Amino acid sequence: MNNDVVTSLRNVVVSYREDVALRDISLEVKQGEMIGIAGPNGAGKTTLLTIINGLGQLVHGEACVLGHLMSAGQRGRDFRLSWRIAKLRKMIGYVPQGSAIDPRVPIRVKEAVMIGRYGRIGLGKRPKEMDWEIVNDLLKLVEIKHLADKPIGHLSGGEQQRVSIARALAQDPYILLLDEPTAFLDWRSRSEILQLIKQVHYQRQLTTLFVTHDPADTFDICDRVVLLKEGRLKALGSPKQVFSPENLRDVYGTTILEGNTSGISRNVDM
Amino acid sequence: MIILENLIGMFSYGFMRQILLIGTLGGVTCGVMGAMVVSMELALVGMAISHAAFLGSVIAFFVGINPLIGAIICSILASAAIGPVADKRELSTDTVMGLIVAVAHGLAFLLMGMMVSAKTDALNLMWGNALGVDMVALETVVISFILVIGVVIFFYKEVQAIIFNREISLGIGLPAYWLFYGIIFLIGITVAANLESIGGLLVSTLIICPAAAAYQLTYNLKHLFYMAGFFGGISCCFGIMLSYFIDVPCGAVIVLISSLIFFISNIFSPKRKVKRIKKLEEVSDVY
Amino acid sequence: MELPYWREIPVVLVEMLTCDFMQRALVVGLLGGIVCSLVGVLVTSLRLSFIGPVISHAAFAGGIISMFLGYNPLIGALIFSLVAAGLTGPLIDRGEINPDTSLGILFAVTIGFAFLFMGLMPYAERTEAYSLIWGSILTVTNNDLQFLMMISLFVVGIIALFYKEIQAIIFNREIALAVGLPAYWIFYGILFLTGLTVTATLQPIGGLLVFSLIITPAAMSYHLTDNLKHLFIISVVFGVFSCWVGLFLSYLFNLPSGATIVTLSAVIFLMVSVFSSNKVKDLKIVKGDYK
Repeated sequence: MNNDVVTSLRNVVVSYREDVALRDISLEVKQGEMIGIAGPNGAGKTTLLTIINGLGQLVHGEACVLGHLMSAGQRGRDFRLSWRIAKLRKMIGYVPQGSAIDPRVPIRVKEAVMIGRYGRIGLGKRPKEMDWEIVNDLLKLVEIKHLADKPIGHLSGGEQQRVSIARALAQDPYILLLDEPTAFLDWRSRSEILQLIKQVHYQRQLTTLFVTHDPADTFDICDRVVLLKEGRLKALGSPKQVFSPENLRDVYGTTILEGNTSGISRNVDM
Repeated sequence: MIILENLIGMFSYGFMRQILLIGTLGGVTCGVMGAMVVSMELALVGMAISHAAFLGSVIAFFVGINPLIGAIICSILASAAIGPVADKRELSTDTVMGLIVAVAHGLAFLLMGMMVSAKTDALNLMWGNALGVDMVALETVVISFILVIGVVIFFYKEVQAIIFNREISLGIGLPAYWLFYGIIFLIGITVAANLESIGGLLVSTLIICPAAAAYQLTYNLKHLFYMAGFFGGISCCFGIMLSYFIDVPCGAVIVLISSLIFFISNIFSPKRKVKRIKKLEEVSDVY
Repeated sequence: MELPYWREIPVVLVEMLTCDFMQRALVVGLLGGIVCSLVGVLVTSLRLSFIGPVISHAAFAGGIISMFLGYNPLIGALIFSLVAAGLTGPLIDRGEINPDTSLGILFAVTIGFAFLFMGLMPYAERTEAYSLIWGSILTVTNNDLQFLMMISLFVVGIIALFYKEIQAIIFNREIALAVGLPAYWIFYGILFLTGLTVTATLQPIGGLLVFSLIITPAAMSYHLTDNLKHLFIISVVFGVFSCWVGLFLSYLFNLPSGATIVTLSAVIFLMVSVFSSNKVKDLKIVKGDYK
């Protein structure tokens, strides 16, 4: 594993309307790292992911991802319309926060996974036999092969999460971003999804960043953890270091027994 | 001075005074109604009902009875149909509303095409003629005004709860569905009452614009009602006066004034403020 | 014209098909039906059904205003509908106002202007303006027909070429953006197509009726399939069918053609939705028994 820096943020400030979502964040991510992003609601976790994916608006600072430089402009620049950043997004798999999908959407599961390949296939071209094979393999990998022809809106939360991960992997990404992949899932699907993420991360030698509101998720699988509070970087380091009792008290405002991870999750969910 | 003389001249007509007063009342009703419609996200429902009312008035006109009766019947039917149709989850609400508007338009124009004579009067139902309404319509405006204002005053806290969340207000034991249907029904009455003066295709916009303007300016529900009523009232008042002085279609002018109010309020909206950040120190060393 | 007996329908049909202006109307119905239904599927599956009325009312207002100024209504309609399409996109994107409300406001402005200028027109010219409301498919000129043909080719071509991108955007715009598609450009492109379609069908179908022809076939086919390709095909078939049968009925009974087409498509929709809702009920019963 080499130690190239794939993502570096310098003094990033992001603001929506009157609220400042990220304040002066600097962060470097090396190739092959698995990074957890934790913090209470409204800490700016999702915003951090959107910046790396080139979906956010920078008010100050700059972000360099896979050699693509995004720097802030006069009034906060939006990169949504930029073709240059669209190229960057093809290299980053993004699993957004699970949300209810309209059951009437006329898209099947395998088509929803295929959407991940669209960026690579190119404008105006059709998916080839090879693309369908890749999608099939991915459906097997996330264990939803049997649902391939179902309308996407009819799936359960856990199944939709798997579709989302498969779609992100269909991009053949260098970086994988996951936004609360375990939210709204029961305990079993939750550990299954985490296991899947870990497996995929090592198999494909990805750089993975995943957001969670539950510190317990990060212990087994993350190399480093970023702890955010109110848009500021509170701590950065191994899960053990970051989730010290002082840090947790400071961020979540509750006292938690060290090492008792189930206790952490219970308190945090409150 | 000439303007002033004209103004006095206008007010010296008893009939004109009445029209102005009633028109303003109608505007206030639409505004207050709109405050409920916009905050409950029922703008499309309002549009669909007003088109249904328009269809009703054209049918009544075609058959040869007072258009007002047709408008009331059709708008009530539409309000009764909209809730259940929208609850049937197979189509999204906006598609259902679009369909109701489509059917209403199609049938209304079909009937208009079949009318041999008196097409102009039927066309007036489209864009309204405030200066040509009869006493019955004026009385209906007053009745709808009293109904709407009464509901808002008596059921204020229930309305507030429904605006917040229909499911939750049902959960805390309010007859939310009845009230919700009641409000849709009130939209129907308001539309029917103002149909002839404002015009069938315009009245729904008079419901939305003043309320949307007020919505830009305040976070307070009570102020929302006051402001929406006020905006609706002045749009109608100025619109009627303008169409008296220069020969322009009254309904169109009213709607344009109310959308002008919306754009102005949009500029002054506190909800649009964006925090400007110039230096890094402003955000990084706060604590 | 007297009401013919049902036996005479074939005779009338032949008579209708041989007459020159009717042939042209049928071509317009074919093209208009195809293009409106295709755009309709896009608009409904993006949950933008109400963009149809806004753009068509804008086109209508533009047509009236340029008529008032003495130009070809098509020019004003084109400009206004494209401007409306360009305005609605950002309004929806920014999410400051509820899209319903912002579309309602645009609707208010456009229809207000349309009726204002119609009121300012001298009485003699109004008849022509009325035809922009409910359309006159029988008086379509060669120029209009050529324009419609170009637009239809363009719309069909774009949809065929960018089918997979459109599919991705229908699924979810943010996700389409995240996988590296220029989602915003394509989204605006779809709005632009809607504007073009409305403009091209403004004169034959009528400004206030066009959007019904856009929404109804798409809504209808939503009842029958959940496959995007089939959605496009079924709604095109329905669209063309209601255009042609509507034309025939309006010829037979001497009715306004645009209104007949729209009413007919709405009636077919109601029949389909009753039929399909029965199917759903049956399924429920089966499920209940099974449990």
